[in-house]
Amino acid sequence: MPRTLDCQILVIGGGSTGAGVAWDAALRGFQVILADRGDLATGTTGRYHGLLHSGGRYVVRDPDSARECARENAILREVASDCIEDTGGLFVSTPVDDPEYAERFLAGCQQTGVAVEEIRPQAALRREPRLNPAIRRAFAVADASVDGWKLVWACTRAAQELGARVLTYHPVTGLVRDVDRVVGARLRDLRSGEELEVRAQCVVNAAGAWSGQVARLAGCEVAVRPGKGVMVAMNHRLVNTVVNRCNPPGDGDILVPIRTVSVIGTTDTPVEDPDDAEVDPAEVARLLDAGEVLVPGFHEARALRVWTGVRPLFPKAAAGEGGDRFVTRSHTVIRHARSEGVAGLVSVAGGKVTTFRLMAKDTVDAAAAELADERPCRTATTPLPDSAARRFYWLGSRAQEFERAGAENPIVCECELVSTADLLAAASRRPQPHIDDLRRAMRIGMGPCQGGFCAFRAAATLHREGAYDRRQANSALREFVEERWRGQRPVLWGQQLRQAELDRWLFEGVLDIEHVPG
Amino acid sequence: MITDALVIGAGTAGLATATRLAQGGLRVLVAAAGEGSLPLAGGTIDVLGYGPGPVETPLSALPVFVEANLGHPYELLTSPEELAECLEWFRRLTGPLGYIGDLSRNHWVPTLLGGLRPAGLLPLTMAAGDLSRGGEVVIAGIRGFRDFHSPLMASNLSQATAPAGAAIEARAVELAWPGPASDLAPFRVAQRLEDPEIRRQLAAQLRPHLGRADAVGMPPILGRARTAEVHADLQQRLERRVFETPGLPPSLPGLRLFDRLRQALREAGGRLVLGSKAVAAMRDGRAIRSVTITQASRAVPVNARVFVLATGGFGTGGIVRDQHGGLSEPIFDLPVAGPADRPQPFGTEYFSDHPLELAGVSADARGRPLGVDGIPFADNLYAAGAILAGARPWREKSGEGISLATAYRAAASILRGES
Repeated sequence: MPRTLDCQILVIGGGSTGAGVAWDAALRGFQVILADRGDLATGTTGRYHGLLHSGGRYVVRDPDSARECARENAILREVASDCIEDTGGLFVSTPVDDPEYAERFLAGCQQTGVAVEEIRPQAALRREPRLNPAIRRAFAVADASVDGWKLVWACTRAAQELGARVLTYHPVTGLVRDVDRVVGARLRDLRSGEELEVRAQCVVNAAGAWSGQVARLAGCEVAVRPGKGVMVAMNHRLVNTVVNRCNPPGDGDILVPIRTVSVIGTTDTPVEDPDDAEVDPAEVARLLDAGEVLVPGFHEARALRVWTGVRPLFPKAAAGEGGDRFVTRSHTVIRHARSEGVAGLVSVAGGKVTTFRLMAKDTVDAAAAELADERPCRTATTPLPDSAARRFYWLGSRAQEFERAGAENPIVCECELVSTADLLAAASRRPQPHIDDLRRAMRIGMGPCQGGFCAFRAAATLHREGAYDRRQANSALREFVEERWRGQRPVLWGQQLRQAELDRWLFEGVLDIEHVPG
Repeated sequence: MITDALVIGAGTAGLATATRLAQGGLRVLVAAAGEGSLPLAGGTIDVLGYGPGPVETPLSALPVFVEANLGHPYELLTSPEELAECLEWFRRLTGPLGYIGDLSRNHWVPTLLGGLRPAGLLPLTMAAGDLSRGGEVVIAGIRGFRDFHSPLMASNLSQATAPAGAAIEARAVELAWPGPASDLAPFRVAQRLEDPEIRRQLAAQLRPHLGRADAVGMPPILGRARTAEVHADLQQRLERRVFETPGLPPSLPGLRLFDRLRQALREAGGRLVLGSKAVAAMRDGRAIRSVTITQASRAVPVNARVFVLATGGFGTGGIVRDQHGGLSEPIFDLPVAGPADRPQPFGTEYFSDHPLELAGVSADARGRPLGVDGIPFADNLYAAGAILAGARPWREKSGEGISLATAYRAAASILRGES
């Protein structure tokens, strides 16, 4: 008989949506358990470009999404400020962009309430000197960058402080049905191999691009359409402001400065399997070519890494488009009791990180209705942990902390300024962490050397402090080296290939990882 | 600027070729874009460690290895004896560092992770780390030193087996650094260890932990200029043999070798100019006439009778790969042999096979790189070291052996031609 846990609301999916649902539901006083098949924010939230939308991107084609973004952007700046860098954003018309679009863009902003201010191209160039000097028009908007990992941890921490439980590395193996009702889920603890059953009054399917798979476990349907996007991280902040092309959305038309890098994105390819992470080199080339339009000389900059993320696209009829169907980026909450006669199951589909709070609110409203226990949402006015001071984060904060801590605390990762104390603190919050989990927590291994120096230090330090035994340390190191390799492989040329060769010198030549005892 | 020979690159291959040429009576100038690769190097001289199975005796393994790896730079050797002679020359050249070893057997030394790794020649400070015959060792780290972690090293080392199957017993000790924590960068620690008082304090901490251990393993920090003294003194204080472990960059053993090779070059009459990037070459019929090097913001043409290209592979900028997979050699625009046309030059897994690793320039039996037509690119251009195609130096543990062998060969060809 498997171990059993009880709760009111079981949330499946630890991305921003699921974490937001857990936070919202816990704030309303519900007992919550959140489960994810892997670590938190390893799906779409941890694999996107990091843009907090002003709404500008949607004003022409998807005005409802634009309105939602504008409102949520303002709310998140209040309640999740610690996860946001207030970079501001620009929409620029380059010589190859349709000049007429700029007019439609301006009109769209006015209609949807997206704050915009046209500035002179010279002013935009003063602000961002690397921008294409031939830009014709520039519009300042309230885009920002948001650290998706920080956001998810802030939500789950807030939920945990209110009594919620978070089960990472617990894939759902089945949903338990009692005739026309979902009454819980079976999970497998990947660390111990143990099976357990969670009984819940309502199961929330917040698995994003994977929500179709989860719904099928209960014999239900969520017609989510995974849309794969490729993103490339460049090793510098080529710009310090989010820069968008003032053009209908296309490949490589957003450049987001986030933490120590800038990310160019993205492409859009429909895929059957949301776990399809294959990168087509032609897509990378297309992104870099597009980068060249925004920032001349982009090709000479150093591409660090490439990865894919999947959007949880959910087709629905959009108003005002003459009955045409097109995919909006807003979200839909499905009460399967109504659509398929299966009570106790609520799915949320579509959406994006910028509107995660609103998605969570709508979802918990539906879940509360399933429980026949409606309580008001409080997330719009309750700051997340570390955001109470309403201070945005800034790039130099770690350097400052580091200098304050002094030399007593040896550095583990120079690229991202991670100290031994940071590493151990992050590890203590996670049982048997993969180094990759710690990377998401503090960006270890994400800088130019891609783990060349810090991977060994991290594994050995965690072994010294008892977080790993010998074998775990060896396999954690090997695993991390493989993980970093996957994202570098498609962009190994020029200086980054040179760096990768130095890493090979360290990993194969000096450390000889291949021949470490098993 | 006019010289007899211009050597481009100040790694093992460049410095060895230059010194050999200077010893042969040529006026030699070495120009390097940066500091050369030696400060990155662990300090061992790897000849052939895996081929692909572990190699016990390089002398007998080499002919078989060359047979199985067509196009490998070791093909240029007329016989393993030529390599033996070259290694003997290297040992004499680096006398004060006390390199031991020859082609009769590989040494098996602990890595920072506690694996055992084959190495052909070892500097004196690493000699006691040869655990081919097993033994009991204490691994002594310093708390707060970033790149040495004795607990993991010792626990892995206790599981490692030397090729002959001898058992190893390793115990970890972590010492408290007797100075401020801000000292704990490798160079600074090495410098401080030249002070006998620091050594006394470390040895006093360490002695109670030694038990029946035969040897003590340490990070590569045993001084920079007075290494032999630091090493001997620690051995005396501990009454045990002491060995350094090859470390991550910046690496003192690599730097000491750099210092020593620089000095040997100077003693032989050669000159070295660091921070001088070679950017272009001018030719005159079958010969290279000059190579332009940049110094500060000036471009200076250097005229010479012979040129040696020792700029290394992808890791040091000797060969460049562009976004579209094109491979090039930036100074002479030599053709680069490699999988440029293959859609996937890298394996899917880190330790799988990567065809691109074999890329490089091809050379004739005298060490002259080939042009597109398969004949030497120029009569007076030679190549040595990691720029040559056909090797997987990290996997084979063959990097320094290749550099020395091809340097020795190129220098011999040049000196023969000059006489």
